[in-house]
Amino acid sequence: MAHGHNSKEKVVYVGDSRIVKRNASNIPADYTAYPGKSEAFIPNFLLKEWMVGVVALVGFLVLTIAHPAPLGFQADPTNAAFIPMPDWYFLFMYQLLKYPYVSGDFVVLGTVGIPGLAFGALLLAPFLDTGKERRFYRRPIATSLMLLSLIACIYLTKVSWDHYQHQLEVTNTIPEHILREEQAREAHEAGLPRPNPSAEPAPIVAADDPAMDLMNTATCLACHATDLTGQGNAPGLRGIGDKLSHEEIAEIITNGTDNGMPAFADRLSAEEIDQIAGWLALQKTSAE
Amino acid sequence: MFKGIYNWIDERLDITPMWRDVADHEVPEHVNPAHHFSAFVYCFGGLTFFITVIQILSGMFLTMYYVPDIINAYASVDYLQHKVAFGAIVRGMHHWGASLVIVMMFLHTLRVFFTGSYKAPREMNWVVGMLIFFIMLGLGLTGYLLPWDNKAYFATKVTLSIAESVPYIGPYIATLINGGEVVGAQTLTRFFAIHVFFLPGALLALLAAHFFMIRKQGISGPL
Ligand code: HEC
Ligand code: HEM
Repeated sequence: MAHGHNSKEKVVYVGDSRIVKRNASNIPADYTAYPGKSEAFIPNFLLKEWMVGVVALVGFLVLTIAHPAPLGFQADPTNAAFIPMPDWYFLFMYQLLKYPYVSGDFVVLGTVGIPGLAFGALLLAPFLDTGKERRFYRRPIATSLMLLSLIACIYLTKVSWDHYQHQLEVTNTIPEHILREEQAREAHEAGLPRPNPSAEPAPIVAADDPAMDLMNTATCLACHATDLTGQGNAPGLRGIGDKLSHEEIAEIITNGTDNGMPAFADRLSAEEIDQIAGWLALQKTSAE
Repeated sequence: MFKGIYNWIDERLDITPMWRDVADHEVPEHVNPAHHFSAFVYCFGGLTFFITVIQILSGMFLTMYYVPDIINAYASVDYLQHKVAFGAIVRGMHHWGASLVIVMMFLHTLRVFFTGSYKAPREMNWVVGMLIFFIMLGLGLTGYLLPWDNKAYFATKVTLSIAESVPYIGPYIATLINGGEVVGAQTLTRFFAIHVFFLPGALLALLAAHFFMIRKQGISGPL
């Protein structure tokens, strides 16, 4: 349906397309037509905004370099001791659900009732508050409801966060991402490679040594796992020789530690301890 | 040269009105912080958008290394964080940006609320804004699981048990987003797809509606 360029036609198209051939300018009036000290969005205003944005961006980059994004240890569904914690902007909901009358038998109120009411009201605000007045100090009901909800959210978030800190304290827990950072720093200071929790554990050196049986009968493996990769609180023992010497290991086995490693002084003879410690000291990642 | 190319395209596609419509609008005095410092509150919408763009860009780079399965997810994040050049910065921007965008969106919402800008004729834009708000919370929720560390895993378990306690539909919702009975391989791939495809798609559509309405209606007048 080529229209050609018949000037008698009302609408003239470009070629056979639906694009109207333009003869008059259809460019809208520019901003100078508006009164007051308004200015063009592009490029004047946007350029200024961009300059502020760039400063903010640099600050943001400094923050990301100063505080690397946290990463804990790989998810372990069998870990029963982990204290669950949602991201900070969900804490007010999380805390709300801990109060009686909105949990247990009344949990409907906590999961659907209160949030539904709050977010429903927020969603439909323009249809609930239909007055013409826009200034907040002339809209006492809307303003005070919003301020109250704000205070409630801030309060709940704070309570939730304090409770989490308290729990960490009583259970003597260091958040995993901090623990990992510390381990990485210690390894770095000791001149060792960064502990990589996702790497394959070092192979067991001389696995058929009688010391392995001895460790089984002495219940070491019950805590440190039969493949010596560790579980729960007890660390893996593969590659332990990188970190501890024969004497240091013997010392730990004999006297235990404050953090859960029992003392074996009265359960194993000095020779047995020496034999196990000697074998463990051979467990080096670099060994063949 | 460029003018020639431009005219050639313009003649065929008539693109001038499109960009002139975006470019030729005035920023009124009462929202310009250069004239009234307190008008900085009107910048929060733009800042939210700025950080949203950062989130989308950094997220695109993250997916170059991230592997959404339970065996490799954690290791891929760890690798990205410690081994890839600038990986820590890209991940850091996405991580902190996720919080920052929520803060900015909060402030923007409060600005709109306290200046009464949601009133007629801007009701629809407020509703679209609230939908954006929910999408953003959804992005935060699904993104939290992806690093697959203990914090991610156990927070998601809590979320799902909360979803499950909703009467009647709760168990169905939980199964739907969980992809099974336990938080596991299915959950991770589902959260990944939701975080990377479904929600950003919806977000972009809603943002287009948001900006279209702002352009049509103009910013609300001075108080
Ligand atoms: C009740 C559980 C338990 C048993 C049984 C046990 N351990 Fe331990 N072991 C631990 C815990 C927990 C730690 C970590 C202690 C700490 O961090 O101070 C540990 C730490 C160690 C360490 C130091 C590891 C390091 O990385 O610093 C060595 C070596 C060790 N155990 C060897 C043994 C040997 C050998 C046996 C058997 C004779 C044994 N353990 C039996 C729980 C146990
Ligand atoms: C990704 C999130 C969002 C982005 C990028 C965004 C962006 C913007 C921008 C750039 C403006 C222009 C005015 C200004 O900057 O203040 C604006 C206006 C507006 N926004 Fe948003 N917004 C977002 C979320 C929201 C939310 C959560 C709400 C509220 C529920 C909302 C409601 C509104 C309304 C009603 C206007 C018109 C205000 C007026 O004319 O004065 N927006 N938005």
